[in-house]
Amino acid sequence: MTAIPLGVPRRLVEFTLDGEEVRAVEGATILDACRAAGKEVPTLCQGDTLTPRNACRLCVVEVAGSRTLVPACSRRAEPGMEVRTGTERVRHSRKVVLELLASSVDLSTTPLVAEWVKKYEAKPDRFGPDAARLDEEPRVDNELYVRDYGKCVLCYKCVDACGDQWQNTFAISVSGRGFDARIAVEHDAPLTDSACVYCGNCIEVCPTGALSFKSEFDMRAAGTWDESGQTETTTVCAYCGVGCNLTLHVQDNEIVKVTSPHNNPVTHGNLCIKGRFGYQHVQNRG
Amino acid sequence: MRNRDRTPKTYTRLTHPLVRDSRDEPFRRASWEEALDRAARELSAARDAFGMFSCARATNETNYVAQKFARVVMGTNNVDSCNRTCHAPSVAGLSAAFGSGGGTSSYEEIEHTDVIVMWGSNARLTHPVFFQHVLRGIRNGARMYAVDPRRTSTAEWAESWLGPNVGTDIPLAHAVGREIIHAGLVNEAFVERATTGFEEYAALVEPWTLSLAEKVTGVPAAAIRELAHAYARAERAQLCWTLGITEHHNGTDNVRALINLSLLTGHVGRYGSGLQPLRGQNNVQGGGDMGAIPNRLPGFQDILDPTVRLKFESAWDTVTQPHYGLNLTEMFEAMEDGTLRAVYCIGENPAQSEADTEQAVRRLRALDFLLVQDIFLTRTAELADVVLPATAGWAETEGTTTNSERRVQRVRRALAPPGEAREDIDIIRDLAARLGHDFAYADAEAVWNELRSVSPDHYGMTYERLERHQGIQWPCPSTSALEPPFLHGRLWEPDPSLRGRPAPFGIVRHDPPVDLTDEEYPLRLTTGRRLDSYNTGVQSGGFASPLRRGEYVELSPEDAERYGVVVGEEVRVTSRRGSVVAPVWIDTGLRPGLAFMTMHFPDEVDTNALTIEANCPIAGTAEFKASAIRIEKLPLVTVVPYVR
Repeated sequence: MTAIPLGVPRRLVEFTLDGEEVRAVEGATILDACRAAGKEVPTLCQGDTLTPRNACRLCVVEVAGSRTLVPACSRRAEPGMEVRTGTERVRHSRKVVLELLASSVDLSTTPLVAEWVKKYEAKPDRFGPDAARLDEEPRVDNELYVRDYGKCVLCYKCVDACGDQWQNTFAISVSGRGFDARIAVEHDAPLTDSACVYCGNCIEVCPTGALSFKSEFDMRAAGTWDESGQTETTTVCAYCGVGCNLTLHVQDNEIVKVTSPHNNPVTHGNLCIKGRFGYQHVQNRG
Repeated sequence: MRNRDRTPKTYTRLTHPLVRDSRDEPFRRASWEEALDRAARELSAARDAFGMFSCARATNETNYVAQKFARVVMGTNNVDSCNRTCHAPSVAGLSAAFGSGGGTSSYEEIEHTDVIVMWGSNARLTHPVFFQHVLRGIRNGARMYAVDPRRTSTAEWAESWLGPNVGTDIPLAHAVGREIIHAGLVNEAFVERATTGFEEYAALVEPWTLSLAEKVTGVPAAAIRELAHAYARAERAQLCWTLGITEHHNGTDNVRALINLSLLTGHVGRYGSGLQPLRGQNNVQGGGDMGAIPNRLPGFQDILDPTVRLKFESAWDTVTQPHYGLNLTEMFEAMEDGTLRAVYCIGENPAQSEADTEQAVRRLRALDFLLVQDIFLTRTAELADVVLPATAGWAETEGTTTNSERRVQRVRRALAPPGEAREDIDIIRDLAARLGHDFAYADAEAVWNELRSVSPDHYGMTYERLERHQGIQWPCPSTSALEPPFLHGRLWEPDPSLRGRPAPFGIVRHDPPVDLTDEEYPLRLTTGRRLDSYNTGVQSGGFASPLRRGEYVELSPEDAERYGVVVGEEVRVTSRRGSVVAPVWIDTGLRPGLAFMTMHFPDEVDTNALTIEANCPIAGTAEFKASAIRIEKLPLVTVVPYVR
């Protein structure tokens, strides 16, 4: 017996990606193979620590023989597959998805989305000024984090992180149907009346900034949020003995946000309320 | 009656040294020169009566330099940390059985095990990210058993909850052991090859029948039987514990009783099978590993071993004392009789964290000289003669800490420290220089490399490798290889010469809590942590947690009805040592006769005025988990409305 279980041996799968022969480890997704080959595929709902939800449809690619476009984030590579990532059909689909999302949701704090809009020549304002928008008021009901559902693309990542994939607290879920669907706690109450334990693992996975530290929210509102002037330093939490890795985002010698490396063997990107929000004591400088 | 302020005290950072010439004067601001000169003068006058409290929160590098200061500069092994108040029994118990004080397995293994026993641990709230690994294990099919007098949120995830009476862990463990033996589920090959003392153990547990255990522990016999069979029949099993096991007057015995179960079944030294004490502070493991304990040199090497001493004496160019020093508990006792007159306290707050705080404060006041180095003016610092402002280890310095799975990880400087605050290592270095010793370290890495040169278990961990592997677990003797994530695989070696010292069964007997309940003090008080708060609250009081509701005395619904009290009503809580006023909270997870409080809000309700200083004779940990109390309605009822 080896000291550490090695698992089942895995084969390499050979297939073609945009006409080129590539190989991926059995079980890898098309997205994994694209990224390994240096091909840029836009994603919103995909999370490196979460099971794919196939919600946003931005990562779709064309697979020969498939009637519909397939989501690269969840479709596993198969031997002999012919995958195309840059066809007109793919570009058109991504363009429409971007137009629909950007016309109805505030994507101003979504990383990379401006680049994608340009790249796919999306025109979110082509639906006119009367296009339906979410336009939700940000919900500020506690001192730790803010829920701004005007920025929510319903990717379900926060629900999965709060639920059975990591935190197992089940404080949030999707309520309503169709355009009225929203992420909410039970009875749509304020967070302080919910099962929330303020681990912030939902903020960690939110792709659009719909969930954010109150410190970030306030600084953005005041116009003082300056990502380019921030440093990110990974250290170890100062509370219990589990040894969670924290990445401190620091601006002007103040911690403004805390994340955790997703590939860390201790945390897998998850923290508790103390690790995520319990840093203020070091900067009570009198 | 004291007026109770519901907002926790927030501490602001110390930004410059503080000095006072006599205890009845207030502090005045001083220069580093003056403060260090004064400290050096006072310490050199107390060389034969000195004690060092090193910090379980500071980096390994700080702990290494601190213990070296005690041993080389002050010539004493009187160095210890607050691990004494929590997990010292785990270290003592594990090293008695296996020769090494670390938890034997890794977090990842618990995801791949078959049975998980959480004994005296509410990890769901106290070690939430560890518990995510447990939840992964449960979702992968593992069955979890929770053993805790309280039906906690950890127990919500359990296959079965066993709620023993406080302080009856040994009878419960012995009954489990007896059942395993009688059901023929002993791993005989393992017991034969890798353990000693089985016969004696079998005789020891023989009286603990299921029905006797049911009478003593209050746990139904069928539940004990089920736990015994599940644990013994599992292919792999993890036994985890926290302070519910260790914070007793016989904490080390409790730990030994649990270890016995792993020896009986062979659930140690294999992937997925092991023993996991969950440490309560970011570097309580590392502090001990670095030698900031009175009986071990860095690398957990025994002071009584002459070859080890020789190695350190030549490395440090000094003479070490060939005997153990005083531990924290003994140092406090030595303050009382005047044989310990000066203390250098780095980052600890014993004035609020020790059991029976009144006594602890009185003893600290009796010192000739108290030097405190901290980031805040804590209650302990308020008693000092000189206070030195330090940096926050985890965010303002470079270094390493060691977690519960023995993983050494890098901490890094993200913030510039406030005012004149300086790094612990630099402060200790300057003090050592004034006392005639040259601790010339260019940086934390230089300290670490010195530690690597004297500790074989850490030799392979260069800063570069720690960075590359996101931390490395000890032992790591080689710079080119990594060891398995679990300890004591040697016990399974077919070749007896490779197997090393077999693990002895611990022959430990039931000894009920010292503080007995009676007509006058009918309730059993146990203490613990909550999710959003931490220890004496100096750190966690600084952020605005929506979950924080301050200190309450938590009662079962039955007791609340019996005493005619409601949620929010203030009552007087009295033990044989002290008395506090606290509002009532009702927790359905408590059984009649059991009450619960935390130690998070000592400025509001000084819970440790109630707890008993009955110490484990082996490890020195106090019995925080079992006091006898009574509650009394106050003559004038004030109801504090619960607003979250």
